Amino acid sequence: MSRALLQCSLAVITALGALPVWAQQPSVSAATPAPASSSLTTAKPEVPKEVSEKLESLEQKVAAAQSSGDNAWMLMSAAMVLLMTGPGLALFYGGLVRRKNTLAIMMQSFAMMGLITVLWATVGYSLCFGGSGPVIGDFAHAFLRGVGVAPNPDYAATIPQLTFMIYQLMFAVITPALITGATAERMKFSGTVLFMTLWFFLVYAPLAHMVWGKGGLLNANGGRIPCLDFAGGTVVHITSGVSALVCALYMGKRLGFPKQPMPPHSLVLSFIGACLLWVGWFGFNAGSALAAGGLASSAFVATHFGAAGAAFSWSAAEWIRNGKASALGAISGAVAGLVAITPAAGFVAPMPALAIGLVAGVCCYLMVTKVKAVFAYDDALDAFGVHGAGGTVGALLTGVFAQSVINPIFGPENGVGALDRHWGQVGNQLVGIGIAWGLALVGTIVSLKITDLLTGFRVSEEHEVQGLDVTQHGEEAYYLEN
Amino acid sequence: MMKVEAVIQPSRFESVKEALREAGVEGMTVTEVRGHGRQKGHTEVYRGREYTVDLLPKIKVELVIPDRLVDTVVNTILKSAKTGKIGDGKIFLTRVEEAVRIRNEERGENAL
Repeated sequence: MSRALLQCSLAVITALGALPVWAQQPSVSAATPAPASSSLTTAKPEVPKEVSEKLESLEQKVAAAQSSGDNAWMLMSAAMVLLMTGPGLALFYGGLVRRKNTLAIMMQSFAMMGLITVLWATVGYSLCFGGSGPVIGDFAHAFLRGVGVAPNPDYAATIPQLTFMIYQLMFAVITPALITGATAERMKFSGTVLFMTLWFFLVYAPLAHMVWGKGGLLNANGGRIPCLDFAGGTVVHITSGVSALVCALYMGKRLGFPKQPMPPHSLVLSFIGACLLWVGWFGFNAGSALAAGGLASSAFVATHFGAAGAAFSWSAAEWIRNGKASALGAISGAVAGLVAITPAAGFVAPMPALAIGLVAGVCCYLMVTKVKAVFAYDDALDAFGVHGAGGTVGALLTGVFAQSVINPIFGPENGVGALDRHWGQVGNQLVGIGIAWGLALVGTIVSLKITDLLTGFRVSEEHEVQGLDVTQHGEEAYYLEN
Repeated sequence: MMKVEAVIQPSRFESVKEALREAGVEGMTVTEVRGHGRQKGHTEVYRGREYTVDLLPKIKVELVIPDRLVDTVVNTILKSAKTGKIGDGKIFLTRVEEAVRIRNEERGENAL
């Protein structure tokens, strides 16, 4: 009885904590200030040729300096996002599985680094960011034709398009890797390679184009149903999370689940991975500002507060329910918060970011402990519980907490989210969430069917018992006799 | 010749090792094992689900000694390994047929 009371109190405190948000008036606007208008009015005096040439040269140098700062930040961010996959996610998942499956789960993440890069370099980038269709790009940039040092003003006017392309690639790499958490310890490597290839084309590319591509249906900049997704709450987390659930249901539970306890073989590895994810996420979210200005700072702060808030609330919920706050709970909470803040990072103020984290921590905790137990599906490493649920919650709360004063994405006169009294945005978010869910569901089922036909999806019982490291890769993670 | 197998608490191992050395025992084989007698395990929680861990970490010390040292060794181990609580462990004695030193092929008590 007292536990329920404590849980209620936690919920009330979280809600109260969100109240100051409504009064939040950031002291410094993170939006890029409009250029000062010229005070010169009528007849311009004659400007000598040398002076105008000098002015032009100075303007070019200023632009180059800005580009230099932006490009440095963006290249760094791209590297940080790749770090999230290797070794961040590899370690996080690697520590959570049983020893006999360690290499296999790491290999699945690592394989994405190779596979998706090949797909991206050939046709992937073009399908996501080429053209101006509502649902998918085109082949204009196939084999990276036209992608060079010159900026692409449709996306990022101050950095080389090469930088933009490589930055976006890292997102495409980590998204399929997330799915492997649900199918862990029983998925064939050959099936992984085929499934992820199909999934990239059927799910990731269309949604990435719809949300971020020029002309995309859900693009916040001029789409028919503008959806706010700063760094990929829908594109990355909802898609991978929902797909994870579908895969887990399709392939069934691991042998022995849930009776046989299968605790993580090394929480030390998971801990290191989670911390790498947290730090790398600054590249993921703050880098999505595509420049090194005030918006990047705003997104950086929001990201950190989201992570901290969720680690705090997940740990608190666990402490109340179990009497102890576990290390696994704390790091899972942080990841849940990072997922939830992903769509919101460049649209919300710091206090709402904290609130989003607090809410996501509790929600994902309940998903992973209560809901999963009720429906008894074997989402082995909680890819759906954290990414699917966290992404959905985050995308919804983005519509609530987005403010024009942080990012006037709809123009200087218009409100952005519910806090700006633009209530319709929540509806738009729901549409985006619905499309992400639907696309993930359909795309995953089709990819699963094809994969099962061609290579098979799940390993044999004998191989599952022996372990994937030795049966799929012919290796052992820890050769104790050496 | 007698084999003495002692399953003891890991926290008592250093004392047992010191005491045996002082008692004149010159060789031992030590393994990390898991097990339980009447001692209850503990519960751990993973993702909201509780499960019991009933195999507890212990240290197994194996010695093969001449018959004349058996009483001394058993009493030494008893004194140094005992905490008085459940989980202290057990000592087993079995007779050994033969012992051989690999280096020079000596046999019998000379090989110990």
